[in-house]
Amino acid sequence: MKIPQSVSLVGTLTLAGLLSGLVIVGVHRWTEPIIRENKARALQESVFEVLPGSEAVEAWVWSGEELDPAAGDGGAGGSEGDAIYAGFGAGGEFVGWAIPAAGAGYQDTIRLLYGYDPQRRQVVGMRVLESRETPGLGDRIIKDLSFVSEFEALAIEPRVVLVKEGGDAPNEVDAITGATISSQAVVDVINSGNEVWLQRLPETTPAAPSQPPTEVSP
Amino acid sequence: MSAKTPESAYAELVKGLWEENPVFIQVLGMCPALAVTNTAVNGLAMGGATLFVMVMSSLMISSLRKVIPRQVRISTYIVVIATFVTVADMLLEAFTPLIHKELGAFISLIVVNCLILGRQEAFASKNTPRMAVADGLGMGIGFTFALVLLGGAREVLGKGALFGVSLFGDAFEPWIIMILPPGGFLMLGFLLLLFASVKEAKENLNGSPAADTSDERAA
Repeated sequence: MKIPQSVSLVGTLTLAGLLSGLVIVGVHRWTEPIIRENKARALQESVFEVLPGSEAVEAWVWSGEELDPAAGDGGAGGSEGDAIYAGFGAGGEFVGWAIPAAGAGYQDTIRLLYGYDPQRRQVVGMRVLESRETPGLGDRIIKDLSFVSEFEALAIEPRVVLVKEGGDAPNEVDAITGATISSQAVVDVINSGNEVWLQRLPETTPAAPSQPPTEVSP
Repeated sequence: MSAKTPESAYAELVKGLWEENPVFIQVLGMCPALAVTNTAVNGLAMGGATLFVMVMSSLMISSLRKVIPRQVRISTYIVVIATFVTVADMLLEAFTPLIHKELGAFISLIVVNCLILGRQEAFASKNTPRMAVADGLGMGIGFTFALVLLGGAREVLGKGALFGVSLFGDAFEPWIIMILPPGGFLMLGFLLLLFASVKEAKENLNGSPAADTSDERAA
């Protein structure tokens, strides 16, 4: 007997979907650990960069009431949005917090990570993770080293302020000429990050993570 | 469809490179051709990913061309293409995370690249796997070539560099516009003009319009 046409049509598509699913799952199982590792390494490198002297990272998660070390996965890779990262030096001493923050830039959201040292109450480093600022103008918030170095010892009180140029006060950042909006956006993002996170930080200095420090392969 | 000689497989491969170049002659796949070609490396990665999807899909679809019912062929093509795009996406993310970040959503958008679906419908579904792979390979390489040319030209003018290597030193003032979206349109326009005038000059030399002969096989 002849198979009804509708059955063969449905059958073909079902089979195609099934095979496609199998292939995708197979490749996913192969690549997923590599992708996770890449992301964790990229995050760790950023943390090390914004917290000079740090050699180990531990993710801390805000539960809604308090900030606790994230259970499991050796530090990096915690869920985004509610996690910040504690950086520890070679001897296990606490260096500071690496805080991810995001806000509107000139064209699209700017996502950045900045290091905060609670003892000195200073921002100690800043790195833009993701942005679509205008090449050649706005993207100097990433490439202009004199701008980036403004964030190496920046007082956060009463708040970080952007000035045209020659800012001498410890909480002032010099704007990049021709990229005022992007510079302002970076400052705003840091201020908003401070507003959210500073009140959440624990009073006591975090102890070194119990797990061995996560190594970053070169 | 009778078996063809090796020469014609070669012909299928070569036609995509220049005579029927997907970007410059057929003007297909414009979205990725404009969107991600601000550097030569991005063009190469995008072209490579498209090439991979193209060859694999052509192989699959031409092998299965007698099994797939006509009524659902387009849906089946899309499933096959989407599978390989997802695979390419995951491979790029795993092994070249930086390029993957640059290309972003445009990798997933290879699924709707009309060039790929067009070749499946116009060629792979009617020819042997051997021919289809030759055709996919040719079109894919032609597409990659076009994207690298476009990306390279924009990178040279817009950044003063090629494949990330600075060419002119600090004295060069980059034409920022060339790596912005308008630069894509400008450069594509210039290159289309160039290819069209080369084609025209060729036809004038031969004394007969060459365009029709090459299209017969694909149609």
